[in-house]
Amino acid sequence: MSAALEIEELSISFPVAGQRVRVVDEVTLQIQPGEVLALVGESGSGKSMIALGCLRLVPKPGRVDAGRVLLHGRDLMPLSVPEMRKLRGASLAMIFQEPMTSLSPVVTVGEQVAEAILLHEKVTRKAAHARCVELFERVGIPDAGARTHAYPHQLSGGLKQRVMIAMALSTRPRVLIADEPTTALDVTIQAQILELLRELQRETDSAILLITHDFGIVNELADRVAVLYAGRLVEEAPRETLLHRPRHPYTQGLLRSMPGSVVKGERLEEIAGTLPPLTELPAGCRFATRCARVFEPCHESTPASLQLAPEHSAFCFAVAEEEGG
Amino acid sequence: MEAHHVSNLLVALLLLGAAATGRALWRNRLWREALTELWRRRRLSLLTIALFISVGLLDSVAWIGGEVAGEDLLASHEARSVIDRLFLKPAEGSYSAPFATHTFYNKQPLVAPAGHPFGTDILGRDVFHRTLKGVRVALLIGGFTSLIAIPLALLLGIRAGYFGGRFDDMVFFVMSTLASIPSLLLLIALILVLGRGTWQVCVALGITSWVGLCRVTRGETLKLRELDYIQAAKALGVSNGRILLRHILPNLMHLVIVTFVLLFSQLVLSEATLAYLGIGVDGSWGQMIDQARTELSREPVIYWNIAAAGAAMFTLLLAVNYVGDALRDILDPRTLREDA
Amino acid sequence: MLAYILRRLGYGVGVVFGVLFVLFVLFFQIATPDDIARRALGEKARAQDIEDWKANNGYDRPLWPWQDFRDNQLFTHYHSMLRFDFGRSDVDGTPIARRLREGVAPSLTITVPIFVLSLLLTVLLGLFVAFFRETYIDIAGVFLCVLGMSVSILLYIIGGQFLIGKLLHWFPISGFDLDPSVMLRFIALPVMIGVLSAAGGDVRFYRTVFVEETGRDYVRTARAKGAGELRVMLRHVLRNSLIPILTRVVVTIPFLFVGSLLLENFFGIPGLGSLTVDSIQQNDFRTLRVIVFVFSLMFIGGQIATDISYAAVDSRVRLE
Repeated sequence: MSAALEIEELSISFPVAGQRVRVVDEVTLQIQPGEVLALVGESGSGKSMIALGCLRLVPKPGRVDAGRVLLHGRDLMPLSVPEMRKLRGASLAMIFQEPMTSLSPVVTVGEQVAEAILLHEKVTRKAAHARCVELFERVGIPDAGARTHAYPHQLSGGLKQRVMIAMALSTRPRVLIADEPTTALDVTIQAQILELLRELQRETDSAILLITHDFGIVNELADRVAVLYAGRLVEEAPRETLLHRPRHPYTQGLLRSMPGSVVKGERLEEIAGTLPPLTELPAGCRFATRCARVFEPCHESTPASLQLAPEHSAFCFAVAEEEGG
Repeated sequence: MEAHHVSNLLVALLLLGAAATGRALWRNRLWREALTELWRRRRLSLLTIALFISVGLLDSVAWIGGEVAGEDLLASHEARSVIDRLFLKPAEGSYSAPFATHTFYNKQPLVAPAGHPFGTDILGRDVFHRTLKGVRVALLIGGFTSLIAIPLALLLGIRAGYFGGRFDDMVFFVMSTLASIPSLLLLIALILVLGRGTWQVCVALGITSWVGLCRVTRGETLKLRELDYIQAAKALGVSNGRILLRHILPNLMHLVIVTFVLLFSQLVLSEATLAYLGIGVDGSWGQMIDQARTELSREPVIYWNIAAAGAAMFTLLLAVNYVGDALRDILDPRTLREDA
Repeated sequence: MLAYILRRLGYGVGVVFGVLFVLFVLFFQIATPDDIARRALGEKARAQDIEDWKANNGYDRPLWPWQDFRDNQLFTHYHSMLRFDFGRSDVDGTPIARRLREGVAPSLTITVPIFVLSLLLTVLLGLFVAFFRETYIDIAGVFLCVLGMSVSILLYIIGGQFLIGKLLHWFPISGFDLDPSVMLRFIALPVMIGVLSAAGGDVRFYRTVFVEETGRDYVRTARAKGAGELRVMLRHVLRNSLIPILTRVVVTIPFLFVGSLLLENFFGIPGLGSLTVDSIQQNDFRTLRVIVFVFSLMFIGGQIATDISYAAVDSRVRLE
């Protein structure tokens, strides 16, 4: 059985100060149908670019340099623009980070969701609207019928995100990309939205690429986790393994710096230094400038993927040495 | 003190002022980067503007005496500028085409055959000379008006934005009142009541154009006032005057410069419209175009007057607009979208 | 909402009073009745003639209330202007209100087509250039706009008249007739020139608005839904740009008048623009004062209408 979504050695670059910088560098990921893969990283690590790359919506002047994205075995990169458009929102949908600004302020939310349906299916406007009311009920918007006529500014942030989810689910996509779906929301609303996503995912059996920087959300929702640092994958593992037995120094550092990871009263650790500016990325391992376990090979070449267990791999020379080369 | 002494003195002051401003800007790293970027993007336009400014300055330095054209006794007692001294040939009889050897209509031989690259006008004056003299007028309109409008706008805008209260209400009311009168009509009314002449036109243009900049400065000051570092400076007991001078004003400079550049071309265009209405500035390109209007309906057509004035005006404005566009991009990609 | 409308109207009335005060200062204090009389009669007029002229034209009373509380020019100025009682021209004694009325129709025949055509054309061109943003079409488009903005309207008019009227003989060079069958021939050239002369600045402005709007998050959402680029532009970007477009339209209405001032005079159209030019050339101060007042009034009304319709259409606008 083929994976729902495969990303193969995807590279995306932006021009910065006269040179092209790879903000995503040869990232490879696979998501099976019915699986939730969490993509974790600091802000600026290239998470959202991977998502936009899958939809071929990388904003100018950025561009996809190399790599393939396969949706159920079909490569998206060579598709023509109209073919790609047919897939967007239909088989491959996306939920964005900012529900406040991601909806057009001058169109009713019902119309915006109906548009997504009408773009992909030959149904009447009326039928689309009826579907829209159904969807609103499904994602838990109270008073769904009336709310379809509301403008975004008349809804709270949580409701807006529910609208976004309804819009993404409107065509029953097989792959859903959720880019920090709860970051902009209150904590209590966050829990509700996560609950909703989990329910919907079980129901439809779609694959979800969940982008986040929050291990709490990872713990709630993800089956597997991939960690990204400065545009490169550093570790990939099933949730339990990654949360409890991380191997890459960066993943370990990330987890140690999380509140709740240490006994009360102890100081939280932090990773020394900051994400290097895009123009000053180190030549070898991109984490080398901040890594406590750095040694010669780290500065010379990029670490390759190292299989530690079935489904668990890390990109690190130190780990490789530990394993006995 | 005679007019040409004032003019000479002003040129000296202007050069000193420009040098001082340039030095101050060059010492600031951000400004230096912005200016370098501007030079990289708009080299040709900047050189064009520099050429025009040099002509304007050369036309502003004048003295009495020296060689005169032919036997012209009047000219020997007048102050003549450097530019004037480059044109020592006496006037021809009437129209002559560019580089012609005879007058256009009755074919009289010219005093200076093939000596007029842009031809001569109805009174036999060299059109190239008149076009060059127009440079100074255009720069004067833009420069002198800005000298009235910018300080006024800054003073009122910053005070109103920073202190708020009744003063702000008053400034805001005056602005909305002036902005409610269509600017060309206000301009016409002002010139009619002030009388016709160069400084009257500049004052009138100044009064109609300070409002736009004042609105921008007031709005920006309102925003700046709320910023943390201003609040911090206040909490530390820094005096209001010092805050305005050290923190607010420098943060408005980019707005002022961009507005000035964009305003400049509008002023020159407005003057052309006024010239058509017969209330422009003497010797301006607008006036030349206006006077040349009927020449296009002559047979055969006299085109060189209007072409010379039109081309000169177009070249200057295109360069200025092009620089203004780039400046806006470089200095402020967001807030200054297009209010002018 | 009602409170907002009332407050906005109240402020509008205040501005009208302010405009009238500015006019009073200009036309009575800076240009005193003596100046006005001298302009009308010539510099060498005798003192007695000036006094007579002032008495005949109603300029002989004191200006300010503190000079004579019951009978002063300030009061008369406000009183007559607000009642639309505009009086007679300083120069030939014709009622100003009648001349205004006569000028409205010819003016509208060129300003309305210019307004509608230029709005349609510039918005469409703006969309077109924005659609091709960051390509050579965009760069060329913006350059053409800047080019167009650097040419004086005088040159547009003279050039247009020369090229189309004289060289190509497509349309008559000047003249006017309200008869619809021949009117089109007369207004075609001024309308074309009017549209063209303002196109550069407008297209560039709309392009900026559209390009800025295409960078917003909801546009990304629309693309992620599978909407095509054309649909994104027409349905999402254009709809969200209506407010800046509306604002721009209100702001440019007085400039429309500026354009028509010259156009009317050039092409011999007996409208309000020609009236203005005539009163400038004849030093007809009273007519000019009335014209400025009437146009300011229209402008203020337009601004209030836009502000209120914003508030009604778009409740995102804070009611301040």
